[in-house]
Amino acid sequence: MNVIVISLITLGVIGALAAVILYFVAKKFYVYEDPRVDEVEAVLPGANCGGCGYPGCHGFADACVKADDLGKMLCPVGGAPTMEKVGAILGKTVAAAEPTVAVVRCNGTCEHRPRTNEYDGVKSCAIAHSLYGGETGCAFGCLGLGDCEAACQFDALHINPETGIPEIDEEKCTSCGACVKACPRQLIELRKKGPKSRRIYVACRNKDKGAVARKACEVACIGCSKCVKVCAFEAITVTDNLAYIDPQKCRLCRKCVAECPTGAITEVNFPPRKEAVEAASAE
Amino acid sequence: MKTFKIGGVHPAENKFSAGKRIIDTPLPKQVIIPLAAYIGAPSVPVVAKGDQVKVGQLVGKAGGYVSSNVHSSVSGKVAKIEPALDASGYKRMSMFIDVEGDEWLDTIDRTPDVVRECKLTPEEIVKKIADAGIVGLGGATFPAHVKLTPPPGKKAEVLIINAVECEPYLTCDHQLMLEHSEEILVGVTILMKALQVNRAVIGIENNKSDAIELMQRQIRVLSFQGIEVQPLKVKYPQGGEKQLIDAITGRQVPSGALPIEVGAVVQNVATTFAIYEAVQKNKPLIDRIVTITGKSMLNPGNYRVRLGTPLKNVVEQAGGIPADTGKIVAGGPMMGRAVASLDIPTAKGSAGVLFLNEKEARRHAPSNCIRCAKCVSACPMGLEPFLLARLADRHMWDELEANRVYDCIECGSCSYTCPAYRPLLDNIRYGKATVMGIMRARNAKK
Repeated sequence: MNVIVISLITLGVIGALAAVILYFVAKKFYVYEDPRVDEVEAVLPGANCGGCGYPGCHGFADACVKADDLGKMLCPVGGAPTMEKVGAILGKTVAAAEPTVAVVRCNGTCEHRPRTNEYDGVKSCAIAHSLYGGETGCAFGCLGLGDCEAACQFDALHINPETGIPEIDEEKCTSCGACVKACPRQLIELRKKGPKSRRIYVACRNKDKGAVARKACEVACIGCSKCVKVCAFEAITVTDNLAYIDPQKCRLCRKCVAECPTGAITEVNFPPRKEAVEAASAE
Repeated sequence: MKTFKIGGVHPAENKFSAGKRIIDTPLPKQVIIPLAAYIGAPSVPVVAKGDQVKVGQLVGKAGGYVSSNVHSSVSGKVAKIEPALDASGYKRMSMFIDVEGDEWLDTIDRTPDVVRECKLTPEEIVKKIADAGIVGLGGATFPAHVKLTPPPGKKAEVLIINAVECEPYLTCDHQLMLEHSEEILVGVTILMKALQVNRAVIGIENNKSDAIELMQRQIRVLSFQGIEVQPLKVKYPQGGEKQLIDAITGRQVPSGALPIEVGAVVQNVATTFAIYEAVQKNKPLIDRIVTITGKSMLNPGNYRVRLGTPLKNVVEQAGGIPADTGKIVAGGPMMGRAVASLDIPTAKGSAGVLFLNEKEARRHAPSNCIRCAKCVSACPMGLEPFLLARLADRHMWDELEANRVYDCIECGSCSYTCPAYRPLLDNIRYGKATVMGIMRARNAKK
């Protein structure tokens, strides 16, 4: 009986003492954290994808609270609605960010781009890229080994086994940019989503001379500059035998798409053309 | 018998072309001379499209100190200067020359007589070597004149000639020693003079006993002073610079340092021969010996090839592509690279073309690491390949650097020895390249 009482008292005293010490230590080493950081973090998506350039959502929330204005801060996953909520919490104005989406600038499917050799090394684009030009004659195109697929945390990007080219699920893509960093050939670009999700872009990165590029791939950009001439808005530039359409200047008139001799310019989510519809009904 | 201390493996030698006399390959219709086929800055073309060139004429000037001159290997007309696929797997700037006749520069001495006397000063020798565009012919293609100019305050004590040829299949250096022993020995004396050392050691593995005997006899008979032949126990990768220094001198080059740190300078035996030709015969580096080999090859052998000759022309000489070919490798089986096309030109570093049959070429499916540590025992640099490969796979660059990934010599002993067929070197090479890039960027910032 006595033993129990003594143990209880001893433990009690130790407990009380520890509580007192902890109380003072906690006071002494108290770190003030802005309560708004937690509030901001609560409205963020919580994917910790790092697409914003900060170490996870907490890091981004912390940076938002410390930032003077939110003009340059953007959560690519949550987009404008999330940033508005963040702005409301912090009482700061948010620049209206245009929603973007990842696009793959290569259309060198098995059928368009004949295989000239077989790669049997490690299934990694980064490693294959460091070794040689790839399984086809195009040293700029997609290697199809899926580094981007592995990098995507939102299940938005998959290599199509039939074409060997990644396909992006627009609904799921949050434009976090992980795939852009993963691709050793800089094939993926975050582009303006566009009105009604309509976009026009050059689905090629081949900088070889036209004849060489064309030999390697049917749908390569050959740098012929026909699109530059037809564009009324000066949105297209050709450098190193490769055309690029500035998404800010492009007005989605689709003239360049019709003009491109190889079909390297791709249009997304447009309704079928009038002529095509007429031709189909005539048949 | 001497060898290096740490690690090493014993792959099957398969030297089918050993003892086959060097055969000259006929001139092709067109040569493709890469302007960047060595370590260092690419060279700058000094002739333009349409110009007539002669054999041995300078066509590309070194684009910096660690860079190399490029000479025309044929006479004819410059057809174009544009990117062409080479052994790197990518297109790089190259010069296409249409062959017309075979007209050499008058300054080049084409007689077979051996010229022993060299009255040049060390500086003149190094300049002549740099002008001749000589790079390490063992495969690394590092400009030779840079190695012969020790940094201030450092002095070479011993010259080591790398005649190890530890890569299986390859025999080009071996045959060169058998046919040009005296020229090589003169080359060694020239190098000794350039470095101002009075001791040179030729390291030869004892699977080339005929070359060892011949070299020793020539040194005795022709009374070359200060040169000795060191027979070495066969072990891969003895031809690695640091491994060879360890095997011969017993000194270890510290991590991240150059061989000059332990007083050694290493030159490959084929480089030494090229240096002899450059200094004594005024002949720039325009050809080299290439081994064409493989189990199913009709005439495996050693061929003297003008640089820039498409590999397919050389292969035709050896009997064409065997029917059961599964993979074509430029270089040896351990460190060579598979090539996607035989249209690529013979470059300064092309020591061989190896045809692996389908069975040899097949890569086994990798299974899990069983922690046997065979790779650790095999690594000649004392690294832990299993760990490095895993860190590289997970992009853990800081840890990779802490584990000295930059010391890896990419010899492939780890992948060779792995019983689980893990692609260790593939991952490590990628990690090494990335870490070296990070380190360079950091040094540039400082």
